[in-house]
Amino acid sequence: MSRRRHSDDSDAGQPHKRRRTSEPSEIEERLESLICRVGEKSNSSLESNLEGLAGVLEADLPNYKSKILRILCTVARLLPEKLTVYTTLVGLLNARNYNFGGEFVEAMIRQLKECLKVNMYNEAVHLVRFLSDLVNCHVIAAPSMVAMFENFVSVTQEEDVPQVRCDWYMFAFLSSLPWVGKELYEKKDAEMDRLLSQAESYLKRRQKIHVPMLQVWTADKPHPQEEYLDCLWSQIQKLKKDRWQERHILRPYLAFDSVLCEALQHNLPPFTPPPHTEDSVYPMPRVIFRMFDYTDDPEGPVMPGSHSVERFVIEENLHCIIKSHWKERKTCAAQLLSYPGNNKIPLNYHIVEVIFAELFQLPSPPHIEVMYTTLLIELCKLQPGSLPQVLAQATEMLYMRLDTMNTTCVDRFINWFSHHLSNFQFRWSWEDWSDCLTQDLEKPKPKFVREVLEKCMRLSYHQRIIDIVPASFSVLSPANPVCIYKYGDESNRSLPGYTVALCLTIAIKNKASNDEIFSILKDVPNPNQDDDDGEGFTFNPLKIEVFVQTLLHLAAKSFSHSFSALAKFHEVFKTLAESDEGKLHILRVVYEVWKNHPQMIAVLVDKMIRTQIVDCAAVANWIFSSELAHDFTRFYIWEILHSTIRKMNKHVLKIHKELEETKARLARQHKRRDSDDDDDDDDRSTDREDGPLEEQIERLQEKVESAQSEQKNLFLVIFQRFIMLLTEHLVRCETGGIDVFTPWYKSCIERLQQIFLQHHQIIQQYMVTLENLLFTAELDHHILAVFQQFCALQA
Amino acid sequence: AGPASGGAAMSSGGTLSILRSDSYAELSQYRDQHFRGTRYDQERLLRKSCTLYVGNLSFYTTEEQIHELFGKSGDIKKVIMGLDKVKKTACGFCFVEYYARGDAENAMRYINGTRLDDRIIRTDWDAGFKEGRQYGRGRSGGQVRDEYRQDYDAGRGGYGKTVQCQ
Repeated sequence: MSRRRHSDDSDAGQPHKRRRTSEPSEIEERLESLICRVGEKSNSSLESNLEGLAGVLEADLPNYKSKILRILCTVARLLPEKLTVYTTLVGLLNARNYNFGGEFVEAMIRQLKECLKVNMYNEAVHLVRFLSDLVNCHVIAAPSMVAMFENFVSVTQEEDVPQVRCDWYMFAFLSSLPWVGKELYEKKDAEMDRLLSQAESYLKRRQKIHVPMLQVWTADKPHPQEEYLDCLWSQIQKLKKDRWQERHILRPYLAFDSVLCEALQHNLPPFTPPPHTEDSVYPMPRVIFRMFDYTDDPEGPVMPGSHSVERFVIEENLHCIIKSHWKERKTCAAQLLSYPGNNKIPLNYHIVEVIFAELFQLPSPPHIEVMYTTLLIELCKLQPGSLPQVLAQATEMLYMRLDTMNTTCVDRFINWFSHHLSNFQFRWSWEDWSDCLTQDLEKPKPKFVREVLEKCMRLSYHQRIIDIVPASFSVLSPANPVCIYKYGDESNRSLPGYTVALCLTIAIKNKASNDEIFSILKDVPNPNQDDDDGEGFTFNPLKIEVFVQTLLHLAAKSFSHSFSALAKFHEVFKTLAESDEGKLHILRVVYEVWKNHPQMIAVLVDKMIRTQIVDCAAVANWIFSSELAHDFTRFYIWEILHSTIRKMNKHVLKIHKELEETKARLARQHKRRDSDDDDDDDDRSTDREDGPLEEQIERLQEKVESAQSEQKNLFLVIFQRFIMLLTEHLVRCETGGIDVFTPWYKSCIERLQQIFLQHHQIIQQYMVTLENLLFTAELDHHILAVFQQFCALQA
Repeated sequence: AGPASGGAAMSSGGTLSILRSDSYAELSQYRDQHFRGTRYDQERLLRKSCTLYVGNLSFYTTEEQIHELFGKSGDIKKVIMGLDKVKKTACGFCFVEYYARGDAENAMRYINGTRLDDRIIRTDWDAGFKEGRQYGRGRSGGQVRDEYRQDYDAGRGGYGKTVQCQ
């Protein structure tokens, strides 16, 4: 636990908040530490550690009961990877102190209810599992656990509730069975059979329209990408067929059977699932990611099959370890590698599979992408003789299956692989991938290699990439990221605007002001205009071209140079970009100048949005414009679009936050005034106090509304353009009698899916508009399907 | 992650200190001796800073490379390259400023201690860029560490300055 360093230097009288080191809090820390550390590597056996700890806690119960209750409830909720260690501990305590056992169960039920109320469903599952394992420890009577599960399963009979609600209760029931199925079946087989048959009929009738949207691969070979409840159901069925024999879970309580079976059990109070409310947000459905099976590691221990309950438990536990330690990469790696059962399962394969499962998870990974890259590097450091090989094998497999991999997942694969390589001198057996050289460049494999090499170049430099790949790969190598200046050569002197460009160049080098630039630009003729409409500056594409080309060329040296240029001549930019056409044309010229350097385009677009030279809608329109059609499937385009959407979203949140904060300030002001109210306050003075704040709130309210409207408009523009583009393609294919499913089409339709998935929370607000305006029944069913899959996600 | 995963402290349970551990994002022992203000001021700024110092860069590492790598933990507001005070060329360090502290924290957790241009780079919290801080403070114009360095480092001008002068 980190202690703040209190400096002993003579500081300028700033008081430090010294932590009050009173005894109780020290003891609580010690108790927490003892409890959390049990089960870690130790000289004594786990059993003797548990026994010892139970003794210590029992002795502390008279004075620290509530603290111990709190800590145990918290580990139940937050350390599910150590579930059975703690259920055993609770079992031992219950055997020694029946009342404590009862209070613990009550506290757990309270905590469960609270979790469900605040939508903490993932943690609620851990609590349910903990309770069910307490049956194995003789703390909870089996029949009362079955009764709770009966209430869970009956949620599937509720009417007019989202499917995801029923899904959660079903999941909470089924996913506890690996731990407690045997015991419950032994005590209440008829009831369990009934529950399982109800489960089966629910699983049969639930809709699964959402599944294709969440699958990493569209192909079922070599491993089907199953919906998570379907997979779990198969696993439970197999477990039942095996007569509930489960051999993977570590069960310390077995060693204490003689003690525990003497204990008195408690009955769970009847548990009514809290009703569905408008504020309820249930977990999204998932698809189980599988990339390995036992054939992938023929030398090592056998990997449990995809429908074995062992596989389920291992994956759950590894995911939980990552969730617990994601901030501490070394600890996380160490904890993953010390997962028990190391010699009975091919642990490295499980770890790699679980990490990629998270990295490729749709809609989004649970943690920031770069964490996985660094975690894999830490794992390689700890297991240098084995893990890198598994990782290489995984990379090879992912490459082989690129043809059916979801575009969003390919993006993540590209980012991961290029970043990973940059940590290992870009060493890779590229020749192994020579098969992609004979394919059409738009096909997934060559496309992947091109994008990887481009990203590798961004992390190094152009010549490095040329050096690291075989000569045959030059067709896939990235362009040298140089600027293209159309007025650069004497041979271009016939181009309109050439002389003005020269003039501008000299002026800028001589530190001209914005005004001087304006006056030079006045001389540029307007190619489209018949006459001025008398408003001063009208849209003059040539003016924009000459200015932007020249300036960007002069500032080409680095990002900083370009940013300075944008800042210095901001006024000129703003004027030229006044109209929508102006904004669009500026973006076009930026592209023309820097099409060899996508990274530069991205940072310039970002800067121009932030300095309000262009707006988000202009960027969206530019991306879908015909000028960019050639680059439409390139990764950098979508990075720019998603970055643009994120900026828009953050902007709305920021203003909203400002509004809430100002409202809070007003409320506090009222409260302060109300609390000292019996002074003869002048009514006018209180109004005066409120005035500026109220004005501010009104202004912010308007700002919020306008920002939200801009945000909605952005999404509508994007969806509209997608629909136009896709419809065009579909019609062309239909009339031409050609197959719709070209690489371009796959990429485009998955990019549309990506918009829905990556921004699903915001888009949910627009459902009515989308349904009535854009995704209507007349739309081609290919496009409509994407919308329907999206609707099904929270249905 | 969506709302369904929670993870924050709950009123009835709280959280656990082992799960709060965030050693990579903590302040280091280093304090800039040229900082104008008290230790307390400096630490206050460090704790809310969105700016990182990045060290052990190659002299040849570009702003673009830094932008690409550090962009992986969030949107970058600014990169300021460290310069030799005399030559005004890159001398192996820089500042990276993010818009959000959380993004800087992720850089400390996942980019610190990994490689850029084949070199393990080091990041640390910075109290905030001020004009003049982009220059090396070594006598020869580069960073202090390159004054007295005994080893040969091809990415950082070869031998240390003192050694070179021998």
